[in-house]
Amino acid sequence: MAQPLLRAIDVHKRFGATEVLKGIDLEVQQGEVVAIIGASGSGKTTFLRCINLLEEFHQGEIQVDGERIGYTEGTHRRLGETAISAQRAKIGMVFQSYNLFPHMTAEQNVTLGLIKVQKRPKAEAVETARRWLDRVGLSERRGHYPYQLSGGQQQRVAIARAVAMEPKLVLFDEVTSALDPELVAEVLAVMQDLAKSGMTMLVVSHEMLFVREVATRVVFMEGGRIAEQGPPDALLVNPKSERLATFLGRFHGVFR
Amino acid sequence: MFEPGSFLYEAWAARYGLLAGLATTARLSGITIVIGSLIGILGGVALSYGPWPVRLLLRGYVDAVRGIPVLVLILFSYYGLALLGIQISPFTAGVVALGGFCGAHMSETVRGAIESIPIGQTEAGKAIGLTFWQRLRYVLLPQAIRRLLPPWVNTAVEMVKGTTLLSIIGVVELLLATQQTIARNYLVLQFYFAAGMLYVLVNFAISQLGALIERRTAHFRY
Ligand SMILES: Nc1ncnc2c1ncn2[C@@H]1O[C@H](COP(=O)(O)OP(=O)(O)OP(=O)(O)O)[C@@H](O)[C@H]1O
Ligand SMILES: [Mg+2]
Repeated sequence: MAQPLLRAIDVHKRFGATEVLKGIDLEVQQGEVVAIIGASGSGKTTFLRCINLLEEFHQGEIQVDGERIGYTEGTHRRLGETAISAQRAKIGMVFQSYNLFPHMTAEQNVTLGLIKVQKRPKAEAVETARRWLDRVGLSERRGHYPYQLSGGQQQRVAIARAVAMEPKLVLFDEVTSALDPELVAEVLAVMQDLAKSGMTMLVVSHEMLFVREVATRVVFMEGGRIAEQGPPDALLVNPKSERLATFLGRFHGVFR
Repeated sequence: MFEPGSFLYEAWAARYGLLAGLATTARLSGITIVIGSLIGILGGVALSYGPWPVRLLLRGYVDAVRGIPVLVLILFSYYGLALLGIQISPFTAGVVALGGFCGAHMSETVRGAIESIPIGQTEAGKAIGLTFWQRLRYVLLPQAIRRLLPPWVNTAVEMVKGTTLLSIIGVVELLLATQQTIARNYLVLQFYFAAGMLYVLVNFAISQLGALIERRTAHFRY
């Protein structure tokens, strides 16, 4: 098999004395869409944040495209600000709370990274931003400020902001859970479109129907560990472990 | 009405002295506010993100200076520094004292404004690969400026009023120039009133400047 795009080896993370990640091992191949599910507090967000270096971890290793992330080779010493920023630029992240820059228009939100991080000429950045805003269905709204957009629209801008950088891997952390129910579908549709285009995605989600339809693999986290993983149909319909069965039971037997 | 002894006559006679005083007040205020704002931006950023020894040092400076009456700072920087062998003109002493005072207040203001911005903004900036200084410049400070503006105007106005204290160490700013004029013509009420109006005018200009910047940045909401 080809070298995995993401490889996490025995990742441990503590907050003070509590260990929140207790040894995560995960490999994601180019083009895979991996969904992470699990109960609240099982460490899903923390794991994503470790990959994007928003959180430090204490033991283990994470590689993206063969490159060790966040720490020097051999020792576990944190890299400098410049190196870390450069690594983050290759990984996209979409947050639950959108986190758009309120003082910039939709288009400026997307071009900021293209211009300042990737040093692309302004005209080219604007062109790229417009193409992506078009792709997420917001070509009419590119001059709007975040406060002039609905939650679903804001989240689609945030997705455009992340993917316009052409990251190797995009992380989605419950990107629809802050949205009103009627706005969830438009965001999921955008994500499905991206998944189809071959983007490598790691998606934390409670939208089980979406997970089942779009994910190529499902990972179930439990108490800071990966408890079970496999193809969505097998895992969601015939869970092996009691715990996963209980967890899925909360979704009103959607799969049976 | 234009006889000697009338206000208009005496004001005209004293015009050069008074205008020079006004100019000194304006210059002092301007320099102080600029220095204070620069200290404030650097100090506020360092208070928010600096390594702990720097933060500790700055915290000491900010809390000390904010707790000391401005007049004491002025007397110290004029007489105190002279005793330590550092000879500076009253004007320079005034700039040091008022600039240091202004900087302490502005540092605290800038720190508060930066820290009031939700952490998600910093994280979104990190996620697209912006470095620390880029996040500050393109994400945090442009948002901080809106929250900064009202307290900035307040401090600036305080600084203009604070320049009057420099008359005590002999800086001939507007107040001392007015007093010198009154010593010649005894029109106490009229000239103090006129000086007061000039201060109001200067401060009005400052709050207008603040309002202008506020309008310039009013195109977004949080
Ligand atoms: N900054 C923090 N400081 C201390 N503890 C934290 C912090 N962030 C998370 N935790 C703890 O780490 C554990 C895992 O949290 P995490 O947010 O990763 O869970 P999650 O699986 O994303 O849950 P949810 O489904 O509710 O989003 C929780 O017990 C949480 O309380
Ligand atoms: Mg979470």
